[in-house]
Amino acid sequence: MTQDQIYYLWDILQYFINGITQGSIYALVALGYTMVYGIIRLVNFAHGEFLMLGAFCGFYTLRLGLPMPMAVAMSMLGAGIIAIITERLIYRPIRNAGRITNLITAIGASLLFQYGGQILFGADPKTIPPVITDKILTFGEITISTIQILIIAVTAVVLILLWWLTMFTKLGKAMRATSFNLNAAELMGINTNFIITFTFFLGAALAGLAGILMSYTMTIEPMMGTMLGIKAFVAAVVGGIGVIPGAALGGLILGIAENMVAGLYKASFRDGVSFFILIVILLVRPSGILGKNVKEKV
Amino acid sequence: MDYFLQQFLNIGIFIILCHGLNLINGYCGQFSLGHAGFWGIGAYASAIYTVFNTFQLPPELNMLIAIIVGFISAAIVGLIVGVPTLRLKGDYLAIATLGFGEIVRIIIMNTEFVGGPRGFTGIPNISNIYWVWITAIIVTFFMIRLKSSNTGRSIIAIREDEIAAETMGVNLFKYKLFSFIVGAGIAGIAGSLFAHTQLFLHPSNFTFMWSVIILVMIIFGGLGSITGTIVGATFLTILPELLRFFGEEVAQFRMTIYSLILIIFMLLRPQGLFGTHELKIFKRGLK
Repeated sequence: MTQDQIYYLWDILQYFINGITQGSIYALVALGYTMVYGIIRLVNFAHGEFLMLGAFCGFYTLRLGLPMPMAVAMSMLGAGIIAIITERLIYRPIRNAGRITNLITAIGASLLFQYGGQILFGADPKTIPPVITDKILTFGEITISTIQILIIAVTAVVLILLWWLTMFTKLGKAMRATSFNLNAAELMGINTNFIITFTFFLGAALAGLAGILMSYTMTIEPMMGTMLGIKAFVAAVVGGIGVIPGAALGGLILGIAENMVAGLYKASFRDGVSFFILIVILLVRPSGILGKNVKEKV
Repeated sequence: MDYFLQQFLNIGIFIILCHGLNLINGYCGQFSLGHAGFWGIGAYASAIYTVFNTFQLPPELNMLIAIIVGFISAAIVGLIVGVPTLRLKGDYLAIATLGFGEIVRIIIMNTEFVGGPRGFTGIPNISNIYWVWITAIIVTFFMIRLKSSNTGRSIIAIREDEIAAETMGVNLFKYKLFSFIVGAGIAGIAGSLFAHTQLFLHPSNFTFMWSVIILVMIIFGGLGSITGTIVGATFLTILPELLRFFGEEVAQFRMTIYSLILIIFMLLRPQGLFGTHELKIFKRGLK
């Protein structure tokens, strides 16, 4: 191999690692989408905004001079509480009004947070105070920052915890039952309203975590969650919506594909890739890679 | 005076756009979130025609051809997008069309001969208030006639209940595709008028946010109502201007107010201001 080809391979490896980092963020956000959709069949467009709100909660905590773990906790808690309020005030009254009504309401909620955020926080991008010292590690020709490693590690831990929660706890069993059949679960004595609220809280807390992790690599502003939220939804659909491992898989696929195209071809096509993958998946396998085929009942 | 003229132009263009989206979302019940994409295709295609054509034609004829080019190009793309995606239902269709709208914008961004991210300049000023409003009236008239025709009733039947409609012998795919193509084409017409009144096109004119704004307009007026479309498009186009009376501060709340309108309408009156009702002049009695 010539020198150029070797560099090319190193480049691909570098994009691959960047892709996994970005994919981890997508996966964290997509988990919330998938869980909420799995339970009440609602495409929660405002989910990306929970990420933004979480990032801002963390930002203001850090600005008060509090330590990093506190900021992470605050962003998760803040996003979660806002999600509970949103669910209670906006989503619960229209829960049985049909899917399109739900979708429109969710778009409305998303816009409300975006533009309300602009009024509240100001539209200018903000940088969080540097509390983690970012070290760059070099392996051959590739570089990895400690924050990238942190993001990947946190996502892995969260995935394992979530898998444990849904598979081996009573709460997880109730969540699975509710997503399987809401009415039957209610008849079995499960407090479905609580389960739905809890799912919203959990999903938004994960989005808030993604928000604070992300804000180490980029500035935060009220519009940061919009595109990311939509892409995370794409990730959830690609992996199979309603399936938790699917969200992780979809997130990784999207992150890697985006970075490969942006790096090897043209950076301005970055956003187009995920939608292209989405349309292909919807046409070839509408239930997603890991999803099960559900027949429409009359 | 120019200011009022501009508002009047915008109202006309948004009425046309809303008619197109209402045909897809309101009458047929197929939820599309990519309307700004069709709008952009119509705008760019017609502008490409008027900028690069070398025929010596009078401007009126050129504008007419531009409108036809806008309609046909958007309709063809509507066909290409519609055939595969209309198999999907509800929220999946919404996301697929959203993705399509974004792809259109990204492709325009990366096309060098229409200016790419710098925007498309040098479009001749051949449209005016008469073109916009005569087209708006023709499209409105077309919608009135369509709504009471055989085709229109089949389309409405699909919205009410797909299975029942199919049992009654309505070819679901055919009518869904029809409404999708014609709705896209109407957006293309609005695009060509928009291009030749603004004289400058930029990919950021056709983002997802504009799809949502058009959606808010038809939801405000009432999904599936011609009266509602006109009232919604008119009111929400002048709303930001009305807000200026309360000071520049309030005028920046435009999108926040739009989002509140969406949520409040969904909570309290999901069928919109008019529901599927019509004012008398927009009923079939007009012949």
